[in-house]
Amino acid sequence: MNVIVEREKGLLELERRIEELRAATASQSVDMSSDIRALEEKYAQIQHEIFSSMSPWQKVHMARHPNRPTTLDYLAQFARFDELHGDRHFRDDPSIVGGFALLGTRAVMAIGEQRGRDTKENLRRNFGMPSPEGYRKVRRLAHLASRLGLPIVTFVDTKGADPGIASEEHAQSEAIASCLYEFTQARVPVVAVVIGEGGSGGALALSIADRLIMLEHSYYSVATPEGCAAILWSDAGKAEEAAARLKLTAQDLQGFGIVDEIVPEPLGGAHRDAAGSIARVLESVESSLRQLSALPTAELLEARYGKYRRIGAWHAERLEAVDHNL
Amino acid sequence: MPMPEWLRRRRSKNQNDGAALWTRCVKCAEVLYRPDLAANLWVCTKCGYHFRMNAFDRISTIVDNDFVEIGNEVQSGDPLEWVDKKSYPAKLAADRENSQLGEGVVCGFGTLTGRDVALGVMDFHFRGGTMGTVVGERITMLLEEARKRRIPCIIFTASGGARMEEGMLALMQMAKTTGAVARFMGDGNLFVTVLTDPTSGGVSASFAFQADVIVAEPKAMIGFAGRRVIEQTIRQKLPDQFQTAEFLLEKGHVDMVVDRHDLKAALGRILEYADDKPVAAEPDR
Repeated sequence: MNVIVEREKGLLELERRIEELRAATASQSVDMSSDIRALEEKYAQIQHEIFSSMSPWQKVHMARHPNRPTTLDYLAQFARFDELHGDRHFRDDPSIVGGFALLGTRAVMAIGEQRGRDTKENLRRNFGMPSPEGYRKVRRLAHLASRLGLPIVTFVDTKGADPGIASEEHAQSEAIASCLYEFTQARVPVVAVVIGEGGSGGALALSIADRLIMLEHSYYSVATPEGCAAILWSDAGKAEEAAARLKLTAQDLQGFGIVDEIVPEPLGGAHRDAAGSIARVLESVESSLRQLSALPTAELLEARYGKYRRIGAWHAERLEAVDHNL
Repeated sequence: MPMPEWLRRRRSKNQNDGAALWTRCVKCAEVLYRPDLAANLWVCTKCGYHFRMNAFDRISTIVDNDFVEIGNEVQSGDPLEWVDKKSYPAKLAADRENSQLGEGVVCGFGTLTGRDVALGVMDFHFRGGTMGTVVGERITMLLEEARKRRIPCIIFTASGGARMEEGMLALMQMAKTTGAVARFMGDGNLFVTVLTDPTSGGVSASFAFQADVIVAEPKAMIGFAGRRVIEQTIRQKLPDQFQTAEFLLEKGHVDMVVDRHDLKAALGRILEYADDKPVAAEPDR
C-alpha cells in the first residue's frame, strides 16, 4: 500500500467537495464563497502538514506514486522522439525505452527505464525492472550516441534490475557491468535524471553521468529499503527503518556530492503538476547540456573520471605502498 | 626462496595459534585435520569442496614469494553514521579482530611464475566481502598503479555485493572501479578476474565481469541476485546447479573453471600471452 496515496485520499475528498460547492455557486446563484474559502484554507493546511516535511519512507512512496510522470511522459515533451528497439541478440525489453530525440533543437539520445501505470502495462514492462536484454539495448544506444556525437539523456526509474531465472541465465551481471563501462567511456556529455526510483545497480547502469539530476522527492539507494532490510535483518518489514538509515533522499545525496542538482516539485508531488514538473526537468537538462557541450571531449572524460574517483577517496593523492618486506 | 615471515604470520590463524585442529567439511561433513586442509589449499581432501579462503592464504598460493601490499592505510569511516543492532564502526572492529584484516580486500604487487602482476584478493570473512568505499578505493588504487607500471592485473572476487552500511557511497564504488578498469584495459593491459565463492551483486555487476579473461573456482556461487531473493521472487526452489561456476561455464559467462591446485599454473599461462617475453613451449603442461 502506498502511504502517499493513502494520505492523499482525504485531500482528494476535499477537492471534490470544493468543486461541488463551486458548481453549486455557479448554477444556483447561491453565494457559498465563504464556505469555499474555509475549505480551501483547510485544504492548504492539510496539504502543508502532509507534504512540507516528508520522511525518507514517505519520499520512497512518493517516488513510487502510480500517477508520477514516467519516462515516456518526459519523452512526450521532447520535440521529437524516434524509438529504437532491441538488443540485436535476443529480444526487445519493454522496461527500457530509448532512441533518437530532439530536446528543443538539440539532437540527443534519450534512454529511460519505463514502468507501467496499471497491472497490465506493468506486466508488459516488468514493473520497470530491466532484464539483461534491456541493459544491452541501453549499451547499444549509448555506444551509438558516442559514435555519432549525440549527447545522452537518461531517465532513471526502477526498483532495480530484474532478479529472475532468465536474467541470471542471460548474464545480468555482465549486462550491467558492460553498461557501466560504456557510460564511463562515452565520448559525449551524459545527463542522468532520477525521476522516481533509483534502485541499486539497475539504476546505476543508466546514471554514470557528467551531471546527475534528481527530482525533489525521488530516491536513489544502494538497495531498495525492502531489499536492504531483507539483506541486513532478514526482514523486509523493517523497510521504513532502512529507508531512514540509508540516506537515500535527493537532499542527503547532494550533501555527499553524488547529486549535482535537485529539481523542485510542486507541493504534493510531481504528478500534481506533471506538465510543469516535466518542463522544469527538461530545462535543467538543456542547461546542463549547454554547459557540458562547451567542454572538449578529453576534458569531459577527465572530469567524469575525477567525479567518481573522488567518492570515497582516501589518501589517493599520495599513494604510499606499505612494504612488509622491509 | 621460502615464504616471507610476514606473509606466514598474516595467514589465517587457523593454522597456528589457538584454533581447533579439526574442522568439518561444509559440503560432505567429513572431519578434516586443519594442517592437512591448509596443505591441500583449503580443498576438502574427500569431496573436493573449495573452502572460502583467507586473503593472505590465497596470496601465498598465488605469488612466487614476494608481495608488497598497497592501500593498507586506507581505512573505513562511517559516512552514514550507521547504527542498527551495533554501530557500523563496532561491526568493522569485530570483523578486523576476527579476520585479521583491515578491510575486505588486500591489494598489492608481486610476481607470478616470474612475471610482475598486480593482485587484488577479496575476503568474504570481512563483512561478507562487501564493497564499501575502502574496497572500491583500494581496487581503484591497484588498477591505477598497475596501469602506470603497464603490468597485468588479477582480482580474486568474493563478495555479497555493495555494503549496505555505506549506502550510496558504496554503490558509487561500482562506478569508480569501472572507470579505473576502463582506463587500465583501454591502455592494452590484461585484466583477469577469478570468481570465488560467492560473487554477487555490485561486485559481479562491475569489475568481476569486466575482465578480459574470467576464471571461476569449482562450485562457486556466482550471480547478480542472491539465491534467496530469486526464490522469493519466483516462489519456488531453484535447482542446486543454478548460479554455480559450472552453470556459468555452460551458459557462456566465464572462460574456464579451474581447480585451486591448478590455478596458479593456469594464471601463469594466461599472463604469458600478454607478456613481451617469449612464451616457453611446454606442450604437456
